Amino acid sequence: MSATIRESAAAATGPGPMIKAAAVRKSYGRLEVLKGIDLQVDRGEVVCLIGPSGSGKSTLLRCINHLETIEGGRMWVDGAVMGYDLKGTKLHEQPHAKICRSRVEIGMVFQHFNLFPHMNVLENLIEAPRLVLKEKRPSATARALALLDSVGLADKAKAYPRQLSGGQQQRVAIARALCMRPKVMLFDEPTSALDPELVGEVLKVMKDLAASGMTMVVVTHEMKFARDVADRVVFMDDGYVVEQGTAQDVIGDPQHERTKAFLASVL
Amino acid sequence: MTIMTEPKKTASAVDEYSIVNARHPGRWISAAVIVFLGLLLLRSVVTNPNFGWSTVGMYIRDVSIVRGIGVTLQLTVICMAIGIVLGVVLAVMRIAANPVVRSAAYAYVSFFRGTPVLVQLLFWYNLAALYPSITFGIPGVDLDANAIITPMTAAILGLGLNQAAYMSEIVRAGILSVENGQSEAAGALGINRLQTMRRIVLPQAMRVIIPPTGNEAIGMLKATALVSVISVPELLYSAQIIYARTFETIPLLMVASLWYIVVTSILSVGQYYVERHYAKGGQRSLPATPWQQLKRFVRVHDPLALKGAKK
Ligand SMILES: Nc1ncnc2c1ncn2[C@@H]1O[C@H](COP(=O)(O)OP(=O)(O)O)[C@@H](O)[C@H]1O
Ligand SMILES: [Mg+2]
Repeated sequence: MSATIRESAAAATGPGPMIKAAAVRKSYGRLEVLKGIDLQVDRGEVVCLIGPSGSGKSTLLRCINHLETIEGGRMWVDGAVMGYDLKGTKLHEQPHAKICRSRVEIGMVFQHFNLFPHMNVLENLIEAPRLVLKEKRPSATARALALLDSVGLADKAKAYPRQLSGGQQQRVAIARALCMRPKVMLFDEPTSALDPELVGEVLKVMKDLAASGMTMVVVTHEMKFARDVADRVVFMDDGYVVEQGTAQDVIGDPQHERTKAFLASVL
Repeated sequence: MTIMTEPKKTASAVDEYSIVNARHPGRWISAAVIVFLGLLLLRSVVTNPNFGWSTVGMYIRDVSIVRGIGVTLQLTVICMAIGIVLGVVLAVMRIAANPVVRSAAYAYVSFFRGTPVLVQLLFWYNLAALYPSITFGIPGVDLDANAIITPMTAAILGLGLNQAAYMSEIVRAGILSVENGQSEAAGALGINRLQTMRRIVLPQAMRVIIPPTGNEAIGMLKATALVSVISVPELLYSAQIIYARTFETIPLLMVASLWYIVVTSILSVGQYYVERHYAKGGQRSLPATPWQQLKRFVRVHDPLALKGAKK
């Protein structure tokens, strides 16, 4: 399947880490949600973010592609500070157009798919390549169809999202993100909204993507997926990174009390 | 074991009964009462000589009446277009981050919704009394208000700008009805805010925007009758000119009313199909159009087809 997927992961080379967060802070009003996060994701690495609900996993993911502004620290993606320009000693938020350009490199998959319901599957896939990359319809369509094929939905190009099962919708959402040829993919609980029997088909696509060398950050409660696929597991709680390491270490032999308590509740 | 055999038994029994739908005598009675009352009304309308049906027939396709319809339609289309375009702009301003922009849009809507449109029309018509020359504050620009503000431009400004205030509320409700996740997904793909609004949010907002906009268009068509007070020769004014001369007031008001009904009916049909278009993707399958329903009704109730099915 992964000829097309592999192509999009070709950018996994280059100096330095793909994502680096240094002392990242974020508050909503008076509620501090990220309390100084340090995190590094290397090129081609698959990192699973786990932790209790409300611990700030989604917020961290959304800070990576600047869907949320940050209030302290710094976030680098592919060697560049995400969302800000350094002028003198101050970080100035970038113009919207520049942020949009950076986001092209970062694919994101949401818990509730967020497909565009007024467009069919093919239109969902080629919309951003045409609007943002100014690509011609034939070449965007060719890549979209190849990607649909690689996620096993070649026959659904003309279907509307609401005519698809949750698992199919999420696979379309993954293909839609890949259509922009991102260098890194962010997944926010991609299987949490799915019926149990549909989880497998989505995880399979994600496994293939990981095998193709894509850099991935995955917020998930699927411990088996983390064990099988993740190069590293990061446990977050209450706005901090509490513990990280290989899946074997963090899930198999957690050191921290909070990690143990969390794992006991999900396993 | 008994449980296993039971379905078989019922399955064979099921075939032996035929289904008789419930009778609804109440429906027949109420239908008969309504038809009877309708016939009474129809008889009085046809036999009352004061309606002057022969005069109605004489003027229904009169040249000045037909021209009046043309002006009415023209006004409706232009004013709705202004209303929709300006309404979208105002709606986007209402949800902007800049508080000054937000307040300006809010003030506009309050002013135009807060004053009767008839008063606004008279204001525009008499603009020359307020600003004899229009400069827009730009040096070198000096336009004579009396020359620019014809009855027609006053009508267009009055109805169009007023409509924009109402449209902006409708469009805003539509925009707010689109889930935030849609803008986020677009943003994450690198689509900018303007493109997101145009390609992702507004098309989805249409499902909420179209039905009340259809009502507004029909309302606008009727509101154009107001501009007869500033002597724009639309449908009503054209009828008035005739009956001022011939004193056949009721027949000519009937002529105008009949035309208003014809045009609003056509608009309603158009509205139905536009709504259907924007319902795309909203439901798993679109409901049948009345025409498709009729075809299916004929197919299902076709006695020949029924006999064929029985065999
Ligand atoms: N837009 C928001 N406004 C206010 N509070 C928020 C917002 N988004 C998230 N939060 C709060 O931030 C905290 C972390 O949320 P989140 O990052 O979604 O956690 P997780 O994904 O780990 O469950 C929660 O307490 C949540 O209520
Ligand atoms: Mg979350």
